Amino acid sequence: MRSKIEHGNSTIDVLAVRSGRARRQDIGKWVLTGIALSWFSILILFPLWGIFKETVKSGLSTFVTSLSTPSSLHSFMLTVVITTLAVAINTVIGTIMAVVFARQNFKGKLFMESLLDLPFAVSPVVAGFMFILLFGPNGWIGSWFESMNIKIIYALPGMVIATLFVTLPFVAREILPILREFGREQEEAAATLGASQWQTFRRVTLPSIKWGLAYGVTLTIARSIGEFGAVLVVSGSIINKTQTATLMIHDQFTGFNYAGAFSAAMVLAVVSFIILNVIHIVYEKKEKKELL
Amino acid sequence: MKIRRDSRALTAAYRGDIILRSITFFYIGLLIILPIVAITSSAFKGGLANLFKQIVQPQALHALKLTFMITGIMVAVNVVTGTLFAWVLVRYRFPFKKVVDALVDIPFAIPTVVTGMMLVVLYGPRSTIGKFLEGHGIEVMFNTPGILLALAFVSFPFVVRSVQPVLMEMDKDMEEAARTLGASNVVIFFRIVLPTLLPAILTGAALSFSRALGEFGSIVVVAGNIPFKTQVSSVYIYGEIESANIQSALGTAVVLLASSLAVLILLNFIQRWSSKYEIKN
Repeated sequence: MRSKIEHGNSTIDVLAVRSGRARRQDIGKWVLTGIALSWFSILILFPLWGIFKETVKSGLSTFVTSLSTPSSLHSFMLTVVITTLAVAINTVIGTIMAVVFARQNFKGKLFMESLLDLPFAVSPVVAGFMFILLFGPNGWIGSWFESMNIKIIYALPGMVIATLFVTLPFVAREILPILREFGREQEEAAATLGASQWQTFRRVTLPSIKWGLAYGVTLTIARSIGEFGAVLVVSGSIINKTQTATLMIHDQFTGFNYAGAFSAAMVLAVVSFIILNVIHIVYEKKEKKELL
Repeated sequence: MKIRRDSRALTAAYRGDIILRSITFFYIGLLIILPIVAITSSAFKGGLANLFKQIVQPQALHALKLTFMITGIMVAVNVVTGTLFAWVLVRYRFPFKKVVDALVDIPFAIPTVVTGMMLVVLYGPRSTIGKFLEGHGIEVMFNTPGILLALAFVSFPFVVRSVQPVLMEMDKDMEEAARTLGASNVVIFFRIVLPTLLPAILTGAALSFSRALGEFGSIVVVAGNIPFKTQVSSVYIYGEIESANIQSALGTAVVLLASSLAVLILLNFIQRWSSKYEIKN
């Protein structure tokens, strides 16, 4: 066929070649889409459907009773408390860190900034282990608190610290590129006009980083609710005391209490699904803002 | 008078800067630097020979080998499937594309323990698929394929999400030019598309590598955690901490930590290299 084009015999031949090629591309397109979507189904869609089916199978009354046991309620409460604290602290300090890295120059800045990503790379078990070594009763800081009778490891403070560690980069990393892009001009103009640093931040900087901040906060919430390894290591997973929702689910699952485990897992899956949607909406708003 | 007020405002601004910087130093120091110093100094306290002895203990070494091997396989799988998935999402149209695109992030949102349970429900020995596979001699759950599946699930978004934006911004002009000149699809992909995507693919691969190396929650549910068989390093460390063998936990922990640091350095390198490449073009 190709030789015919080279001879330039007729336009019909060229069209025939084109459509043949287009048809082959069409087949290629459907094959690739098919492979991609099958892998996606095996990996993500089927498991989601599986847990949904398992929860429905055990019925609504089992769902409600297994969720309303005192230990179950306590674990969900603890997850809410830890998530609230972690989100509040990391939102404020994450914003401060992003402002410092974007607006200030000092020695060792590059080093500090690359350390910011470390929590993403470190295994959660290793993270928990580091905090045991540091805040445990024999640790450098822990022994000092121990002498004042304050328990950090196997208690709430340790669990909050572990969650703070694993969620530390989210807010800062989301805001940092926006701050750099946004530049200093408007902030400097505000300062020249007599605005205080706080006024400049609230009136000029904050509106521009708003959606990036919201995106970072949703990621922090999702990770705090779902964190398992680091919190397990520092908490000891004591029922009615230091057991969060994920720890409770694991405990019940390994104890063959499947109804309880699946009901709680279903709640967390639904919550993460909602958060996922929020993430997507916020992300789109953020992108739009950046385009403007 | 005016000058004095200005200089007072300046000192106030300077003081503000110093306070914010101190908060940053304190926070990163307390949560990142001090813990790393604590773990490395405890690990090296008994001397290098002792640390090495802990790392090469048969059980620890087997776990490390298994972890690196499975992580390696999984990264290869993720590079291929992730690039393919990003390609399909950007270039082709199909029904429910928006929903699928949104669902790509679900492994980031779902708690890892729940992930593990979902996989056990679907592919475990009690399930229809699990029974079918077991009939053909394939044990998925509580064995190596289960670990692979769990790791593939939790790190699925990394390659997709780092390749997707690059693919979206990429001009089709070069591909079309090559096509007009008679290049086949395979040639176009390997000579034109792949070189452009390479930094993004490597970034995604490095991220999924470090995630898979440290993954714990989903594996602890899925793997069965049998020493010398299906016990990975993070589960090994956890077991050693629980049985108060701090020294052996330290050995493996240091190896994992060093690998994470290496990945971070590599990521920095890739980013610098790709930004240089962009400027050149």
